[in-house]
Amino acid sequence: MQWETVIGLEIHTQLATKSKIFSGSSTTFGAEPNTQAALIDLGMPGVLPVLNKEVVRMAVRFGKAIGAQVAERSVFARKNYFYPDLPKGYQISQYELPVVGKGAVEILLDDGLTKTVGVTRAHLEEDAGKSLHEDFHGMTGIDLNRAGTPLLEIVSEPDMRSAREAVAYAKKIHQIVTYIGICDGNMQEGSFRVDANVSIRPEGQAEFGTRAELKNINSFRFLEKAINYEIERQIEVIEDGGQVVQETRLYDANKDETRSMRSKEEANDYRYFPDPDLLPLEIEASFIAEVVAAMPELPDARRARFESEYGLSAYDADVLTSSRAQADYYEAAAAAGGDAKLAANWVMGELAAALNRDGVDITRSPVDAESLGQLVARIRDNTISGKIAKDVFAAMWAGEGGADAVIEAKGLKQITDAGAIEALVDEVIAANPEQVGNYRNADPAKQPKMLGFFVGQIMKKSQGKANPQQVNALLRKKLG
Amino acid sequence: MHNKTIVELSAALRGGEVSSTELTRHMLQRIKTHDGALNSFISVTEEVALAQARAADERIAAGQAGPLTGVPIAHKDIFCTRDVRTSCGSRMLENFVSPYDATVVANLQRAGAVMLGKTNMDEFAMGSSNETSWFGAVHNPWDTDRVPGGSSGGSATAVAARLCAAATGTDTGGSIRQPAALTGITGLKPTYGRCSRWGMIAFASSLDQAGPMTRSAEDAALMLAGMAGFDERDSTSAQRPVEDYVAGLANDIRGVRIGIVKEFLGEGLDAGVGASVEAALAGLQGLGAELVEISLPNAGLSVPAYYVVAPAECSSNLARFDGVRYGHRCDDPKDLEDLYKRSRSEGFGAEVQRRIMIGTYALSAGYYDAYYLKAQKVRQLIADDFRRAFAQCDLIASPTAPGIAFRLGEKADDPVAMYLSDIYTIAVNLAGLPGLSIPAPASGGMPVGLQLIGNYFDEARLLNVAHQLQLETDWHKPTPAGF
Repeated sequence: MQWETVIGLEIHTQLATKSKIFSGSSTTFGAEPNTQAALIDLGMPGVLPVLNKEVVRMAVRFGKAIGAQVAERSVFARKNYFYPDLPKGYQISQYELPVVGKGAVEILLDDGLTKTVGVTRAHLEEDAGKSLHEDFHGMTGIDLNRAGTPLLEIVSEPDMRSAREAVAYAKKIHQIVTYIGICDGNMQEGSFRVDANVSIRPEGQAEFGTRAELKNINSFRFLEKAINYEIERQIEVIEDGGQVVQETRLYDANKDETRSMRSKEEANDYRYFPDPDLLPLEIEASFIAEVVAAMPELPDARRARFESEYGLSAYDADVLTSSRAQADYYEAAAAAGGDAKLAANWVMGELAAALNRDGVDITRSPVDAESLGQLVARIRDNTISGKIAKDVFAAMWAGEGGADAVIEAKGLKQITDAGAIEALVDEVIAANPEQVGNYRNADPAKQPKMLGFFVGQIMKKSQGKANPQQVNALLRKKLG
Repeated sequence: MHNKTIVELSAALRGGEVSSTELTRHMLQRIKTHDGALNSFISVTEEVALAQARAADERIAAGQAGPLTGVPIAHKDIFCTRDVRTSCGSRMLENFVSPYDATVVANLQRAGAVMLGKTNMDEFAMGSSNETSWFGAVHNPWDTDRVPGGSSGGSATAVAARLCAAATGTDTGGSIRQPAALTGITGLKPTYGRCSRWGMIAFASSLDQAGPMTRSAEDAALMLAGMAGFDERDSTSAQRPVEDYVAGLANDIRGVRIGIVKEFLGEGLDAGVGASVEAALAGLQGLGAELVEISLPNAGLSVPAYYVVAPAECSSNLARFDGVRYGHRCDDPKDLEDLYKRSRSEGFGAEVQRRIMIGTYALSAGYYDAYYLKAQKVRQLIADDFRRAFAQCDLIASPTAPGIAFRLGEKADDPVAMYLSDIYTIAVNLAGLPGLSIPAPASGGMPVGLQLIGNYFDEARLLNVAHQLQLETDWHKPTPAGF
């Protein structure tokens, strides 16, 4: 039997507002427990929510970024359930009328083709707090700092057919929300949480199979692994004559498996109803127009511009625009360096390698964009060769200073003085009469290759600082 | 001194006839003397009261007094008061001290009013007799074997027995107007959104509204002015300026059209109450008001619709009382479920539990459309009825309650009979309109209320008509014997 996989994703993006969705408390991550929880976040008797307008602005920005309809009128509803880290006994969310309606994004598949993935809706809601099961013997601690943090839950259509597609879609959403500045995208800190609904069906069958919802996935790599594990599990269950149960399953990254968390039978009846404490959210056309006018350049548009404006290849433009931070870095480096292509090579080459090696994010790179641009500029104006530049970069990375300071301190400035170079050339010719004889008697077709010996000797003597173009020209003339 | 209205007290305070400190001491003494028989206060805040009275005296001396400065009042124990216990009449919050003040409390404090204490109430405002309070029933000062009505029964009793000059109340289905009627005082439920709900412990958020309980319509105008106003912390509060309710009190009411609801004068109405209301209406006619018969054809659906919407909202609003962060927590919970079940079973009384159950059921999957959604549709029909009625009249009059105060225990085991005591008041909450109850002539020695219903934000007209009637009649003046 050939099986087809059907995947839909629910992505919770934590909106990058300074304060919470319904209170003035700060949303900073990592503060001491319960220091960022005010009356409203604690669910004290008599308190009322007031909607943070910035949250609405961010939701609208996302809606317009994926070409979705932004609802003129949407409604906040209460999702009722008891849990110790849910202070009011209900979560304020949107149910029947979400703020963002149907939209779509394009993803690039492994075979180079593109595919459109539908976004069903995106709705606003508040996050819950955290239950801390460690550190308290026989008890559970409650930290409500996160309670009331704004979330935009983005729900996709069940349009994806493989784990790779799901990852491509999740990365695309990640790219968009970070580009438009509504989410910091930090998956480890839970700012970008992906739940996957996975089912399988015999190839050619129209109706969907029973799905399992996978939770607790905190990286794209784990998303792919969790889905692939789940596909195999479901195939095995069915092929063994069993049935897939509709349930929530937790992904365990250590064991690389999914485990049943709760089944549908135990599922809560959330008793949704419109929150009487909040008026329906009405968004005026002028507000939407204001958001659209202030919309940052979106990734697809930026990629196209990189190709046309900087003459980059489609591949390079795609890599450099993969994140807004990377694209911003590149543009700053290119501007400072005065050579867009050279800057692209350095950002994707030496810099990417160093970041990757040391596990550093580009926003925290020890060599900032302006400094890298300075290095590029020194290559471009022949102060140093590309080869020497790698040593200069290593010193910059190690914190030894900017490009010019390192070149100066280490005396790496290229020798371009014609007299100095001629002296080096003469010295090497005089020291190697045999090689000189061979060169002169050789077939002219072989001579360029033989020239390398003399260049090498000269570079060695100059510690790599002699300008290679000048050395080559002079050698040819003198040996010729 | 305690028989004076706010208007009279305010003049006495500013005229130096009495200081707020003297007045406050006097009222505190009255509470000590009389409240044992009435149980209208849950907490008496003597220290706070005397400190506020001293501050008021300084303000009066500095010539900065407003009409409420130095006037001793009480707050229903549903309003959060900083550093003072706020129990909501429940064991659940028996020891709860709020870290903040409700907006209504803060507004009145800013106006210089002195808080004597927190008044008794039906638990979480759920009741029409004040018998569901964890702190015991309140007794009607006109006959201590009878209930004062509810849920603001403590506030009504304290005002009627002259233990405070005025009090705050809240009204979700009649909880200001019905006890006002049963104790012979004036009680106003303003338009939904007129007073901020911030700090008012929620029963049914789309219906709850704070209002004044006073000795006269004129006092109600002063109190409302001190309580009302837009509050950015309450998204449902009305973003419109507070009117000068006092300025319009003197207006002539000749030609004012008063709609008489024909559906409210039939079956279920006590004959004596009916006769009293007729007499009050005749009084209004005598002042030149014109009576026109109107119809609210869907009013009969208001009690069933209310008993879906209000419990549904309460089932969610009361979910926060889970024993985790504050409030009652059971001893030695075995696990989380045990913590929830026992804390809530022990913390909530029978009526509150009944409503949580009804509301949970009404919101459940598969029942939502049949109950909650349908009730919301009925609500719209009722609002439409009123809209049509106000095309024919300027305000609407009816009895406030179908009978006089009933005996303690009389309806305690019959929830439906209890619910029907709000039959004339509930529609007003469902539509979000302002409603006022003022005393009509007594029936068999017990007070009777006349309800006046206004169009949205037409509190000034309600108060004007009531004040004009009170200028010409004495129905609001008698003090219960022994107080």
